[in-house]
Amino acid sequence: MDQAIIKTKDLRFSYPSEEGVALLVLDGVNLEIQQGSFVAVLGHNGSGKSTLAKHMNAILLPTGGAVYVDGMDTADEARLLDIRRTVGMVFQNPDNQIVANVVEEDVAFAPENLGVPPEEIRRRVDEALRQVDMYEYREHAPHLLSGGQKQRVAIAGVIAMRPRCIVLDEPTAMLDPIGRAEVLRTIQALNRESGVTVVLITHHMDEAAQADRLVVMAGGRIVADGAPRAVFQRVEELKSVGLTVPETIQLLWHLRQAGLDVPLDALSDEECAQALFQLLSGKEGKGFGSDS
Amino acid sequence: MALKDITLGQYFPGSTVLHRLDPRTKLVGTVAYIVALFLAKQLVSYGILLVLLAVLIAVSKVGLKAIVRGMKPVLVIVIITAVLNLFYTSGGGTPLVQFWIFKIYPEGIWAAVFMVLRIFMLITCTFLLTYTTSPIMLTDGLERLLGPLKRIGLPVHELSMMMSIALRFIPTLIEETDKIMSAQKARGADFDTGNLMQKAKALLPLLVPLFISAFRRADELATAMECRCYHGGEGRTRLRQLKLRGMDIAFLAGCLTLCVGIGVLRYLGL
Repeated sequence: MDQAIIKTKDLRFSYPSEEGVALLVLDGVNLEIQQGSFVAVLGHNGSGKSTLAKHMNAILLPTGGAVYVDGMDTADEARLLDIRRTVGMVFQNPDNQIVANVVEEDVAFAPENLGVPPEEIRRRVDEALRQVDMYEYREHAPHLLSGGQKQRVAIAGVIAMRPRCIVLDEPTAMLDPIGRAEVLRTIQALNRESGVTVVLITHHMDEAAQADRLVVMAGGRIVADGAPRAVFQRVEELKSVGLTVPETIQLLWHLRQAGLDVPLDALSDEECAQALFQLLSGKEGKGFGSDS
Repeated sequence: MALKDITLGQYFPGSTVLHRLDPRTKLVGTVAYIVALFLAKQLVSYGILLVLLAVLIAVSKVGLKAIVRGMKPVLVIVIITAVLNLFYTSGGGTPLVQFWIFKIYPEGIWAAVFMVLRIFMLITCTFLLTYTTSPIMLTDGLERLLGPLKRIGLPVHELSMMMSIALRFIPTLIEETDKIMSAQKARGADFDTGNLMQKAKALLPLLVPLFISAFRRADELATAMECRCYHGGEGRTRLRQLKLRGMDIAFLAGCLTLCVGIGVLRYLGL
């Protein structure tokens, strides 16, 4: 956790528009992502979070400032393949990132492009499929899988490159709750067990709460950066940029607004229940669990 | 409309000799069979080819049912060809049947029978190819087989990539078509009644969103491919290596023998 794998320096990006007025999407982003960390980037639609993600493996190049991936400038075309094999990217729609019509052929796509020898490709494909728990589906056709399974195949297709960092751009936006849970579990396992750096772009509070670090974007700038627990306590600030906070914190915040003395940092239901229990038992001096 | 019934290049997984042959061998074999089919003129040659096909079907374990089912869409063409051959072939002798302007000669009957047989055999042998070869193996085989044409500037890798992506997206786009149709029907669109012109017009609100979505998908897929280091065919390796084995060589030798043999029979007028 000592070295920055991705570093942006005063990153600016604007889309050229037809009227000649450039549309500024990123307005000076300075961000360092440490090797091995799990960072969530949270933001409203149009906050620039997806654009930021696309800068992390040179899909987009900055119009101002610079982005460094493991010390390599993303504007350096000679290092393009090195940059892309270091930072893999998973997108929202699993259907539109699966190339082949057999699961294992799709997972083999990236190593094939990198010119990895066939025996080594086989090893990587099997390993990647086991990591996302899709090994038994290796000979299936992707279009017959569920959304969550497809997205896990897409993740396997990226980790077969053996990237040191994976950027996931709203990977659960098109999935049902079961699929979402599957994908999140896979992402967490990748980070904790394999030590892959994860950057999760999302607008779901509960997903963001699982990260080690939370970066909140609004209007092309970083407006908050820190541990989820700390960031979510800045309720007014988050509300002002169009974001809500997890329901537990929402509840405690309202209680606090009503003048009650409760802590704000409850990320899970249990913590919230505990806080309420303490509040009630402090007030009335009797058990909370006994009458529920 | 049962869109899900559309099958293109349907593949029946299996592990028979035909399944295990190298796709290149099978492609060459199919071409050789078609060549032999067009060289065949008389009963003996047709008989040999027919028996050969029957043996191959039996070996493939595909089942006659699947082949007959696949024939349905071409039935109309076959009937038209047969009828045309029947009436337009004139022989030297007296016609067998004669009414109004139509005359049927014995030669016409033979021509019709052979033509129908030829079309059915041609289709069956290509079915055997696609039924026993997965699409990815097929495009792979085609890419290797056409490899030498790269030198004259034919974009072989790009073509086979396009083909395999097209195959990959057929089910996705069919599913999408179904969804758009349901959405349009829910808002009162009518795809089933009216004359041909009206039906064609009704398809327009279906095709426009379908095309827009296909382009959007293409754009996203291109980005995803770039993210996975795709940079054309250069320096690319493959998970599956194609290797010609003993049985491939034997099969190819058989194909050559077949073509030469049928050619000789044609020369002998058999």
